[in-house]
Amino acid sequence: MTVGDVLELDGITKRFGALVANDDVTLSLKKGEVLALLGENGAGKTTLMNILFGHYAADAGEVRVLGKPLPSAKPRAAIAAGVGMVHQHFTLAGNLTVLENIVIGSESLWKVGMDREGAERKIRALSAQFGLPVDPAARIGDLSVGERQRVEILKALYREARILILDEPTAVLARPEAEQLFTILRGMAKGGLSIIFISHKLHEVMGASDRVVVLRAGKVVAERVTAETTAAELAELMVGRAVARPKRAAHEAGAPVVVAEGLSVTKGGGMALDRVRFEVRAGEILGIVGVSGNGQAMLGRALSGLARPDAGTITFDGRDISRITPRQAVKLGIGRVPEDRQAQGVVGDLAVWENAVLERLRDFSRFGFVRRRAAEAHAAGLIGRFDIRGAAPATRTRLLSGGNMQKLILGRNLAAGPRFLLANQPTRGLDEGAIAGVHAELLMARAEGAAILLISEDLDEAVGLSDRLQAISKGRLSEPILAEDVDARRLGLMMAGVWETRDAV
Amino acid sequence: MMEAMDILTTASLWSAVLRIATPLIFGVLGALICERAGVLNLGIEGIMTMGAMIGWLTVYWGGDLWAGLAMAVLAGMVIGWLHAMLTVPLGLSQHVAGLGITLFASALAYYLYRLWVQVGNLPPTIVPFQPWAVPILSDIPFLGEVLFTQTPPTYVALILVGLVAWMLARTPMGLALRMTGENPHAVEAQGLNPMRIRIWAVMVGSGIMALGGAFLTTAAFNSFFPSMVQGRGWICIALVVFASWRPGKALVGALLFALFDAFQLRLQTVVEGVPYQLFLMAPYVLSIVALILVARRARVPEALMQPYRRGER
Repeated sequence: MTVGDVLELDGITKRFGALVANDDVTLSLKKGEVLALLGENGAGKTTLMNILFGHYAADAGEVRVLGKPLPSAKPRAAIAAGVGMVHQHFTLAGNLTVLENIVIGSESLWKVGMDREGAERKIRALSAQFGLPVDPAARIGDLSVGERQRVEILKALYREARILILDEPTAVLARPEAEQLFTILRGMAKGGLSIIFISHKLHEVMGASDRVVVLRAGKVVAERVTAETTAAELAELMVGRAVARPKRAAHEAGAPVVVAEGLSVTKGGGMALDRVRFEVRAGEILGIVGVSGNGQAMLGRALSGLARPDAGTITFDGRDISRITPRQAVKLGIGRVPEDRQAQGVVGDLAVWENAVLERLRDFSRFGFVRRRAAEAHAAGLIGRFDIRGAAPATRTRLLSGGNMQKLILGRNLAAGPRFLLANQPTRGLDEGAIAGVHAELLMARAEGAAILLISEDLDEAVGLSDRLQAISKGRLSEPILAEDVDARRLGLMMAGVWETRDAV
Repeated sequence: MMEAMDILTTASLWSAVLRIATPLIFGVLGALICERAGVLNLGIEGIMTMGAMIGWLTVYWGGDLWAGLAMAVLAGMVIGWLHAMLTVPLGLSQHVAGLGITLFASALAYYLYRLWVQVGNLPPTIVPFQPWAVPILSDIPFLGEVLFTQTPPTYVALILVGLVAWMLARTPMGLALRMTGENPHAVEAQGLNPMRIRIWAVMVGSGIMALGGAFLTTAAFNSFFPSMVQGRGWICIALVVFASWRPGKALVGALLFALFDAFQLRLQTVVEGVPYQLFLMAPYVLSIVALILVARRARVPEALMQPYRRGER
């Protein structure tokens, strides 16, 4: 143990069946340090932290806090040693209050009565000290995601955590909230707390950490002082090869495939879409950029037959499709990559092959029976062609990582050779390697002549992939501009709802 | 019609309401404790039957009435333990396990009864709890007769309502119990063992349910017969929903149902020309109506009926 180390993981190994999730991982954390644990989805980051916190028992290795070994698989011991964990999926009870969620477990179960006033005072004091404002009496279910995260952090602080572990803390946060969180974390580190945060987002790691440990396939592959490395180096270390998002090649667009005119949808009295106009041509990608919640979801719903427009038309090859059903959409060759892949993209408990043919079950059945062998062969084809890792046709779809699930959805759509593809937030939550894969597929479809509407909140993605861009703001759509004419200032203004119509293309 | 309304102002009606409500209060509190921890306990009907039998048998064999209640609690906890084992560590369907427990415990109660008791033309009897007038308080007109001239188990039931409400709302144990019913993963992340909490909740809840059964044989009647619980357990399961999983409201629900029941009994003697079966149905119909009116806004424990497995979400 070197001086100043508050935490050491020594030779941690964890296997799940044949899979080695952590392979002889050794790392240490210094007092007052912010350490980033960087790795792609499935690299074993969360498993490692779950071992540290005592959710899992390691097969080999030891965790030491301030030089003392922690007994394995005992969260209570970890808490007592001053380790606090903020899980990616919050461990809060929505029907209970903030105070109740924080104090549970801090008092003996056999104690008669509870010191609510004392607890409230302590929570308020911690809130003020660390800049985590929250109302102790509020019900968790009424709080925003950002507030819930504050409660999670307060929970750890309330138990006097000196070491704070945050598992993908920004996965659920918008950019400004994320930046605010890191400011708070830096303040905590200055105050003597030691922090580990898990991430696969390079800009966060570069911006917020002192030191980075890179995990790949369960192994520590590198350790860097943040100030002495670059995002490009980290990306390469994380993925194991140089990754670059594929570039869009120049390419002549064809005739308009999908055209919307004066499209309006009302929702709950307000305008979700307000006289929207756009056209997507064969072999081009039209990017819709905007701040989350400005009508993107409704646009996606209207185009996939899930919402009825109140006014205006959408035509597909000249035919009105504003009132079609999802089934007709499939039949016409309209591919859809939904915004929430877990909820709308796949049925998690069904096998990969079932999800692969779900949209076109008719094509894979005879006399009302599913031709299982043909369906499985089709799924196997998708798995091979779209490089869906960790999947066999019989695998339960829930077990796939987000990136591979997205590849399945994309593959299912692209295999049918769609004339039009709606890609709604296609890379949300994916790691760098998976993003590059999805981008390559979208560009391939474009090269093959598909008309693609890309809805994205990721500006780098939208600008990198799209031929033309339109901004969405409060349900209104700007005139399109060419990707070549984009500059940050202009895009920012457009997203704020300020646009000129002069140089429309 | 006037006669029917007059019934409502008699002390004997309201005294009966409390008496009829007592087994329901025990049952609904027991079910509520189980469900607040996230386990539906449809074994209630069988557990109450077992409690009725064991409570009675203890006294029949020469035990004290209070010893009868204690043995009933113990028997309830043993069966509760079985339900807890099936639903918590094994994570089986709570519906199926509960119905199985009900069938099993009801049959076992009757089997043991026939095994151990010589039954002649009439079932053997014991000397049950007698009404105990609380000194001074029972002298209050009307209220004294209604509230303070009951059998001791009724007082226990009323006190238990307050105790359970206080335990749930005001103690660390109650908080842990509620949290386990809302999100067991959160409980584990705070260093507690949600499985152990659930097992104990089901056992304690089942013990209290068994008291409801024991009340029937040691206070309301003086003998045991196999079908005596008569669906009271199922009523309790509905009352928990009616009460939005709150002990205070559970008391109100139990009293309301008991009122319907006591009222219809008396109505049968007053109103003529209506088949008595209609009156028998009335409390159930009214309960369903009340459920529709109240329970739509109920806040269900989020993890109710969700088996908890470590490391899974």
